[in-house]
Amino acid sequence: MSAQTLYDKLWRDHLVAERDDGSALIYIDRHLLHEVTSPQAFEGLRLAGREPWRIDANLATVDHNVPTTGREKGVQGIDDPVSKIQVQTLDENCDKFGILEFKMQDLRQGIVHVIGPEQGATLPGMTVVCGDSHTSTHGAFGALAHGIGTSEVEHVLATQCLIQKKMRNMLVRIDGQLMPGVSAKDVVLAVIREIGTAGGTGCAIEFAGDVVAAMSMEGRMTMCNMAIEAGARAGMIAVDETTIEYIKGKPYAPKGEQWRKAVTAWNDLKSDTDAVFDKVVVLKGNEIKPQVSWGTSPEMVVAIDECIPDPAQQDDPVKREGYQRALEYMGLEANMPVTSIRLDRIFIGSCTNSRIEDLRIAARVVDGKKVSPTIKQALVVPGSGLVKQQAEKEGLDKIFLDAGFEWRAPGCSMCLAMNADKLGSGEHCASTSNRNFEGRQGHGGRTHLVSPAMAAAAATAGHFVDVRPFLA
Amino acid sequence: MEKFTQHKGLVVPLNRANVDTDQIIPKQFLKSIKRTGFGQNLFDDWRYLDEGYPGQDCSTRPLDEKFVLNFPRYRGASIMLTQQNFGCGSSREHAPWAILEYGIRCVIAPSFADIFYNNSIKNGLLPVVLEQKTVDFLIASTEAEEGFELDINLDRQLVITPNGERYSFEIDPYRKHCLLNGLDDIDLTLEFSDDIREYEKLRVQRAPWIFNKLH
Repeated sequence: MSAQTLYDKLWRDHLVAERDDGSALIYIDRHLLHEVTSPQAFEGLRLAGREPWRIDANLATVDHNVPTTGREKGVQGIDDPVSKIQVQTLDENCDKFGILEFKMQDLRQGIVHVIGPEQGATLPGMTVVCGDSHTSTHGAFGALAHGIGTSEVEHVLATQCLIQKKMRNMLVRIDGQLMPGVSAKDVVLAVIREIGTAGGTGCAIEFAGDVVAAMSMEGRMTMCNMAIEAGARAGMIAVDETTIEYIKGKPYAPKGEQWRKAVTAWNDLKSDTDAVFDKVVVLKGNEIKPQVSWGTSPEMVVAIDECIPDPAQQDDPVKREGYQRALEYMGLEANMPVTSIRLDRIFIGSCTNSRIEDLRIAARVVDGKKVSPTIKQALVVPGSGLVKQQAEKEGLDKIFLDAGFEWRAPGCSMCLAMNADKLGSGEHCASTSNRNFEGRQGHGGRTHLVSPAMAAAAATAGHFVDVRPFLA
Repeated sequence: MEKFTQHKGLVVPLNRANVDTDQIIPKQFLKSIKRTGFGQNLFDDWRYLDEGYPGQDCSTRPLDEKFVLNFPRYRGASIMLTQQNFGCGSSREHAPWAILEYGIRCVIAPSFADIFYNNSIKNGLLPVVLEQKTVDFLIASTEAEEGFELDINLDRQLVITPNGERYSFEIDPYRKHCLLNGLDDIDLTLEFSDDIREYEKLRVQRAPWIFNKLH
């Protein structure tokens, strides 16, 4: 058999049937659900009189709409009546069909892409889908994971399969070592800057190289999370000791004899050494500096010691116009240093950066310091109830609160502002989330994507600063 | 799903790259648990000068007259021309729902984001990929000539201009078949029920942990 990539292996292992026209049926091992993209799918199921194919493949939680304050009131604490109905609808659907859901007051509730791995519901070798584009996160475990639309949510519920065409293989390798203070978020932003937001379109990206091998699972999840921002539906990383160690003992991880059998199977989840990729991109880890997005697309990124690019320097007219429009929306001037951007709010959270390691590094940066008086609000929103509990056990909440941050309850929060946490028009935010699209964090809001360490440092300074000296 | 076979209509040019799904339908409208009602909020932040909210009467809202969809000459457009990576960002199917409900049946661009492309076809919205230079030419033609129409023929995989220029496009045979016939692909997949059960029997032997009960 010819050499295979990790993606080739995952595809092969899940192939149920192939049609003459080149389309394939791929089996889905794990289906994650949340309140925003599932109601119409359940409705479709009901209208057609269908039942879910395999109940235990599904795990649900509420995350997008949930408030991050006043959680003791449960669903009744949601002020927005439309949000409340959406949350209640998921609760009702899960109750009716017998699907396990971590509801608002469950300690295990959190952002869907945080709770899957945290519970061991995401395992190596699985296919994992969810009606959410950041499902690519789960690829960090050597899984084939990607976002789907609501029609496909219904399709997976009804058939446990998806109709797919095989994607192309793309390798993104980061060689060498990172400088202290540079994190997975900086690496993935540097990758998107390099290949563009359509650089991975039609591809499954495998992240590899010494930098990725040295990363924690949290870091790897941050990388795979943003594969979609590079245009690739799926990002993935080979299984190694770090992966196995992370999963061991998780609530839904296999136990005993099953565990030993699983580890043996998982150890094969890597690309063969002579596997051929359709596209290869290589970055040098030691050249990556802390990154800051300046515009309205995740490819509009510069390093902390750079200036905002000049649209006049862009040869491509479509790109030039895009840059101009972005500068106008962001209220910025070409050629100004990125460190001179004054910030109004700080957001540490989201499925990209709300795990325990993210909170630890941000707390280390702000420990003993104060949020600048020019900052209107600095939020820390842990990714799940369990992350929150762990952080509190370590005293991180105290560090944040003493510095002047607000310590909130878990959810998607200000990443997309479907709950009450949002930017005002014209406000600049240093955000550890994944998208800097116009209006993403609130109507007229201006998002700058950064790592948790960079957001923490910016909170203390009131503007962007290089976090490396803080962590040297 | 609504069939798509052939469609001729007025063209509107949205000459921007990387139009993301947050622009196509902003998040506040995703709170709906229905599939309908999104058309009036298509490109809400660009179409209107004020901030929109769900359930609002949009007929009295102030329009941004500089936004191309609001130009009187493009009223009633049913084909949209745009630039590369259209539909990037989130997996929200509300994006094609909003586009269709507004009255657009076909979007032509040099490239589409993968999830959006897939979601569109599942709803009978035809995404057509044409070369960059062709898209640029068609945008220029649309801007130059009021009332510019295109004729899209899915069966023959052709985009035809009023002058008779023909541009062929690719689409995979399965998706084409579904669109032409308006097929529900859950029914099609359920024809493979025996194969799915057979696969599960093998999978449970090789990877039993996949089938452990969640509690």
